[in-house]
Order: sequence, then C-alpha cells, then structure tokens
Amino acid sequence: MVSARSVSIGPGSLSYTDLPWIIQHREDRCTLCGHCTAVCPKEAIYLAYRRQRMPKLDVLKKKRGNEYRTFVGIRQKNNMANACIGCSMCSMVCPNEAIQPVPNTNEHRTLFFNNQKGEPMKRGGRRNKVGPTLLDRIMFNRISMLTDPALDAGRHEFNVTTTLGRTLDPAEFLKRTREGGWIPPTREIFPFVIGSMSFGALSPNMWLGLLQGVAYCNEVLGIPVVMCTGEGGCPPWILKSPYLKYIVLQIASGYFGWDEIIRAIPDMQCDPAAIEIKYGQGAKPGDGGLLMWFKVSKLIARLRGVPEGVDLPSPPVHQTLYSIEESVMKMIQTLSTAFGHKVPVYPKISASTSAKSVLNNLVRNPYASALLIDGIDGGTGAAYNVSMDATGHPIASNVRECYLDLVAQGKQNEIPIFAAGGIGKNGNVTQNGMALIMLGASGVHIGKYIMQAAAGCLGNERNRCNVCNVGICPKGITSQNPKLYRRLDPDVVAERVADVFMSIRTEMKKVMAPLGRSQSLPVGMSDALGIGDKAAADRLNIKYVC
Amino acid sequence: MCRLALKTANEAFSPYEVLQGMEAMQEGYDGSGLGLLLRGLDFDDFKYDSKYPVLSGIAHTEESWHRLNSFMENRGFELKYDHEFETRPELIEATDRYRYFIRAYKMPESMSTKPSDEIESELMLTRLALRKDGEEHGNDLTVFSFWPDVATIKEVGWPLEIGNALTLSDNRIKSRVCMAQGRQNTNYGINLYACHPFFIQGIATMTNGENTAFVPIRDWLLGKHFPGYTGYQSDSETFTHILHYTLKQLKLPLQAYKHIITPLRGEELARHPQGEFLAGLRDSCRRLIIDGPNAVIGTLPDETCMLVMDQKKLRPATVGGRPGAWAIASEMCGVDAMVPDRDPSLDFQPMREHTIIVPPERKELTIWSQHDPYPLDQAA
Repeated sequence: MVSARSVSIGPGSLSYTDLPWIIQHREDRCTLCGHCTAVCPKEAIYLAYRRQRMPKLDVLKKKRGNEYRTFVGIRQKNNMANACIGCSMCSMVCPNEAIQPVPNTNEHRTLFFNNQKGEPMKRGGRRNKVGPTLLDRIMFNRISMLTDPALDAGRHEFNVTTTLGRTLDPAEFLKRTREGGWIPPTREIFPFVIGSMSFGALSPNMWLGLLQGVAYCNEVLGIPVVMCTGEGGCPPWILKSPYLKYIVLQIASGYFGWDEIIRAIPDMQCDPAAIEIKYGQGAKPGDGGLLMWFKVSKLIARLRGVPEGVDLPSPPVHQTLYSIEESVMKMIQTLSTAFGHKVPVYPKISASTSAKSVLNNLVRNPYASALLIDGIDGGTGAAYNVSMDATGHPIASNVRECYLDLVAQGKQNEIPIFAAGGIGKNGNVTQNGMALIMLGASGVHIGKYIMQAAAGCLGNERNRCNVCNVGICPKGITSQNPKLYRRLDPDVVAERVADVFMSIRTEMKKVMAPLGRSQSLPVGMSDALGIGDKAAADRLNIKYVC
Repeated sequence: MCRLALKTANEAFSPYEVLQGMEAMQEGYDGSGLGLLLRGLDFDDFKYDSKYPVLSGIAHTEESWHRLNSFMENRGFELKYDHEFETRPELIEATDRYRYFIRAYKMPESMSTKPSDEIESELMLTRLALRKDGEEHGNDLTVFSFWPDVATIKEVGWPLEIGNALTLSDNRIKSRVCMAQGRQNTNYGINLYACHPFFIQGIATMTNGENTAFVPIRDWLLGKHFPGYTGYQSDSETFTHILHYTLKQLKLPLQAYKHIITPLRGEELARHPQGEFLAGLRDSCRRLIIDGPNAVIGTLPDETCMLVMDQKKLRPATVGGRPGAWAIASEMCGVDAMVPDRDPSLDFQPMREHTIIVPPERKELTIWSQHDPYPLDQAA
C-alpha cells in the first residue's frame, strides 16, 4: 500500500458507491448527445474527457512503453449537493438507453452527511417507510353469500357520495325546519377529496390540470370531486369563476392569500365547497408550512401578497391562539360568518393522541362542520427529515378511536370525520380509503397519490426524488420555474384526474357490491373488516382473521 | 330467505289461517322458527277490554313463572286473564318450555292519571325489566311484548307444527291483524329474541332479507340511549326501531319512514316538490339508511298495516285482498291462501319507491310513492 497524497480525503468524502443512487452508464451506447446532463435536476452527472493509459509491451524489440486513449463519458458527482436522487430523468431523455440510476442496495453513507452547514436534512415528499401499510392489510370479508347474494357492481345503482358538513340530530333538524332556524350547510361530495396542496407548492400547470380534471369529473362524469387549495390562496380567476364550488379554500397559520379571497367574496359567482382551517399536518405535526424562496415566483408573490423570492414560513400555530378552544371556536365562527353561514368550515389537525379532545370540542361548536385528521404517512412539500419520519400518529387507529367516541355519544352522523395520510401510498387508493371509511371516516383526502397517478410524480418510499422543497421537480409538478413546469401538460393531467376518479368509483362499487351495500357509503361498517394481525384487530375493534 | 305473511280483516280470524298461508310458501324457509303477532284480540273465553295490556312470552321454568307473577304484582299490575294454550309438547323441539303465556293485566291505579307517554314508557320498561330478569337467570324467562291489544308467540321449529303444538286452530284466540314470519336465521345464532316480528311500544315489523348496514344503524340507535333500543339479536330489529323512532320520537307521518330508510337519490330529490326538506331529512337520518335487500311489513297501534321495499327491490312481496280483508305476503300463493275470495288481477307488487298502507278501516289500499308530495304540514 502506498500513500495517496494526490487524493483529497476528508471525513465527508464519498465515493459514488456511497450514494443512495448509482448511475449506470454504458459508454458503448452513449451518443454523447448531452441530454442527460442537461436534464438532471441535481446536476449529478457531467460529461468528461478521460484519458486511459494503454500499456504497450513489444516483446521482440524488448521495449516497454505506453499509449494513451482518450474517451468521453458520463460521470456521477459524489458530493452531497449533487447526489443523484434517482429520478431517472436521464434515462427518460436518453435516445439510446445508455444511462439509468439504480438504487444502492448497500447501506449508503449519505445518511450520515445529509446535515450540511449545520442544517439537518430537509426535503419534500413522504415518510419513506416501505412495505404494506396497515390499511393495505385490511380485508373486506363480510361477503353477502347465502341469504342475500352479492350485488352486481356493473349493473346496480350505487350511491357513493358522502356528506361534508355538520348534520343536525333529526329532532333538531325538524325543530329548526318548523321554526325557520339555521340549517348548517352541507355538500354531497365524492368521498375521495384531492387534499390540500397549495398554489405555490404546486406549479401553475399542475394546479390548472387538477382543476380542469375536477371540473370534468363534476360536470361531465357526474363524480362530485372537490379539491383543497392548501395554504396560499387561490388564483383570482378561479375565485370569481363558477368552478369555485369545487374548491375547498384552506386558511393556515400564515394566512397567505386571504386578502385576495376576502376581497373577492362580493364577486364570487358561487360559494366554495368548504373552508379548511389548517391547525396541523400529518407529515410534520406541530410544524408550520414552508415555501422556500426558490418557489416564490412573481405569480406566487402576487397571490400571497408578499415580496418575490423570500422564504415563506407559516408559523406552527395560529398566532391568534391563546385559549385554543376559544380561538378555534371563534375562527370557525368568523369564517362561517364571512361566507354567510352557507359554507361548511372545518379544521384539519395532525393525527395525535389528543385528537379526541379536539373532536369533542368541535362536537359542541355548532359552526364546526367536520374534522379532518391527517396521519403520519401524509406528504408535504418541505419539512425536516426528522419531522417527516418520526413525528406523528398513524391514521387508522386515530380515526377509529375518534369515531367510536362519537358513536358512544350518538353523534357520529353530526360531525363527519375525514382521514388523510398515506391513502394509496402503495397504489391501493380505493382499498385504503374504503378501509378508513368502514373504520368510521366519512371520506378521505389524497395528495401524494394524485401527484403520482395524475402527474407522474417520481417520489417513492425509498427516498426517490423527494425534492419538492427546492423547486427543481423534474416533472414540473412542484416547481415554479417555467422551464420545468412547461414539461407538464395540464390537459394530460386533467385526463389522468378523470381516469383516476373513474377508476376509484368503479373500485368502490367492486368493494361495496360483495358486501351487499349500494345505497349509502358504508361509513362505520366495521363488521366488514378483518386483518391478520391480532393486535391491530383488537386495537381497531375489528375481526382478526387468519 | 324468510317468508312473511300478514292478514288484516274487519272480522277477527284465527292465526292458523295465516299459518296456512305460510305453509303455502313453505319452499322459502327452513323451519328454524316462527313468530306470530296478533293485534285486535278476541278471546273465546274472555271478553277482552282492549285497554288491558297483554304480556306475551315463555316461562321456561316453574321458578321463573313464579318470579313473573310476583314481579307483576309488585309493579301493581292486576291479572285479568290468563290464556291457557292446549299444548302438545311433543311437537315442540325445545324441551325447556314450562308455560307459554298471553296474559291481560289491568294497569295499576297510580297510572290512570298519567299522560299516555308515561304509560307507554312504563309498559316498555316493565317488558324490558322482565326480559332482563330472564337473562339474569340463565334465560329462563322470555318476554316478547307487553302492550294493549297485542299478543306475540315465538318458537323454534316449523310454523304449522308450532301452530298445532299450541292448538291455534281451535279459534280460542283470534285477532283482526296477524303477522307471521318463518325464520331462517343464517347470520346469527338461533335465539327466540331473534325471531320476527319485533315489537316496541305498539309498533311491530317483520322483514325478509338481510340488513347489510346493520352495524352502523345499530351503533346509531344505541347512541340514542333510549331504553327500548336494545337487543339486536337480529339485524332486522333495527327496522322496527327506526319505525318507532320515526313515528314516536320524531312524530313524523308514516310516509317519512320510506324517506328515512331509503331516501331518494340527489337528482330525484332535486325534482321533488319538497326536495330540500327531504334532502335535509336524508342527511340528518343518514345512518338509518338501510341497504337491503328487504321487504319490511309492519303494523301500528291503530291496526294500520304497511309494506315497504328496499331501494334495490330484490325481495319479493305482494299485497292483495278485498274491502274488509287484505293480505301481504312474500309470495302470491301466500296471499291466495289468506284471502282467496279476491280479484287477483288487482294484486299489487310494490316497487322500490312504494309504501303500501292498509288503513284501519280496510276499505282500500293506499299505494304511496316517494315521488308523491310529502305530507309536509305534519312534519315541518
């Protein structure tokens, strides 16, 4: 062994085999077109000239010598800032199938160096927990067999909508009807809601595509899908359009975009579907939102009423909160009043062991329309790794215990519970959603699944891509850079949204028909659920099956 | 699948006639049980005053029989009539049947000045207390109903055999309304309390088919914390309790029942003259939507009889008859057997939107459709 003085080796020096993704490049196929290096969002690869010594030994002449060959090839950078994220854009643009990233199956050392410059790792995306979720493992096993045959999913009429909004106890409803009292507003919606992803977190093209798709679902397909804005306002042309009725407007702790919304109220052609007050988010509970400066474009700055190119952190809590109960009540009441008590207003909280106390607070608040609980498997545009991975509460048991608490009070029809966080994480969106519905949710919110299914988001649970936070989304879904978001055709996104919701509707029927259910969404039909895990079955109060 | 038969007539008739109607439909049930509910009672050996509440059930042991007697005495009920069945125990499968009872009581004096809802509550609580007493003593006492002018018989076995075992053909007990169900209980255990018709405060229903939305409906009814909303040995008991909730608690007209258990779809409500109200009613009673397939047949304290179908219309039911006598049955042959002297061309098979009402005067049927205007003035 000799010293390698010419090689600089520091504590953080990495070889490319230390990186989570390794670029495999076939020089024999490379045309040197440079597309891959141009498209790489991380600038993880570069084109380089290399020299190769070719030892030459002439035995007859008894001479030794060297020849040198030069070649051009693609090389992978091995520093943290340029570490490959496995997005595969290089292979997508390669005309000759000469390049692709492959996951490093070794334990890679970047885990120990992702905290650079005193900052822990931040990223977008998900919790990065692979394998089937608890929801994936739930089976629908109360099949109508003998007394009543299963229904025909293709031919029977199915009612697959749910109620968003507070419902009165029947006696109170009749009393108020007789006396001309206020009946809280409700919406009849499709139980799979496009969860809150802000105009800012998402690119304009993504947003437009989603909205087009949602409008198509409602107006052509008859699937009453609604979508939530997330924090950050809503483009004025939507606020004043008849499409506002498909939009749930979110207000969060930064109140971004609400100047525009409040000013637009007199010009609104219709009411929004609902108002969501975000108190917490499952992916990063107790943490605020963060739109990093890269993404605060001119358009976003205008919508949010802020200067361009500055970080936009939302505080972890609403700054008006002193007494939580009082403030939540006042905020819900204020927003309900702002829309003439004609729009459901509900809070969104992180799943938590304290969710039940929030729920019970809402039960007593006549203006609270629902509760949305977001579990640990939810997604986010930007958060600290530790928040995403380790902070939070799984959704299933949280929803279940909240539902059973309402059942004990006889209030389960009055305050609908919506669930979010990991629905469709492994692609089983309908199965996951229906399992939550039968555990007691009135509907579910889906975010990551929509990004993946409708726009081709590349993120996965092995930390592929997950760079939503820095505005370099290679698909143009979460970028405000026109060069990137022009890659995303809104019409195609809209088409995929329609595909997704038509499929979910069909799959819902395929789940409901064998259970003999068609007339109402089987909310709380826990007798239809089974799981091959005794502890989980006991916790969820469903059947253990094996 | 169960088979159902109901006959209502101006002239009291023997329940055995209805059992013969059941026999006509014998291919449809497995003989796992019979439930009979008689309303508008007429006893051969007693001039019955229809104010007297009638307690129906089975004492399985002599000890429970004595307990029952002392319980009723202590509660202030005075025995007026004790119907004694001529029993042939060899025809009954079960061996622990000490005494089938149908007994009329005079209300305690203290109740005479009470408002009717308190009296109704006392009758229900008495029944529930006796039921609880039986359950606490190894199920040695089973009580089906305690209500004026209503008698109930339930037993495990083949319906006609049970009729023979209790000699129901002897005309000693007759009624103007008789409901019968031959039960096939496939989902839950064989239990006398799982036998239709179910009864609560004068309201009785029986059902064929399965209630696939049983658990959410049961959970909601239990959450009302009303003492009578209990039991649920059968998924069909919820239908009776929903009818009770509709009529007695919400004080809505009978037509509301259909709108609650099978509301119209959104687009149908949009066209309905009272669509807005009905959509609100649907939302607030959403957990009571049944998800059939079921035909629900019921009777009310004023001898009104009714039949509603579930939304899928996957269960059969036919109604037919003539002024003064009407029959509702799962199959046409059942109607034929119960009211043969009618014009069968006028028989009616209700569709998903229909509620059939046979009013107490029994002159003609009311075929009410959900699309018809709802009697709103009574509701709102």
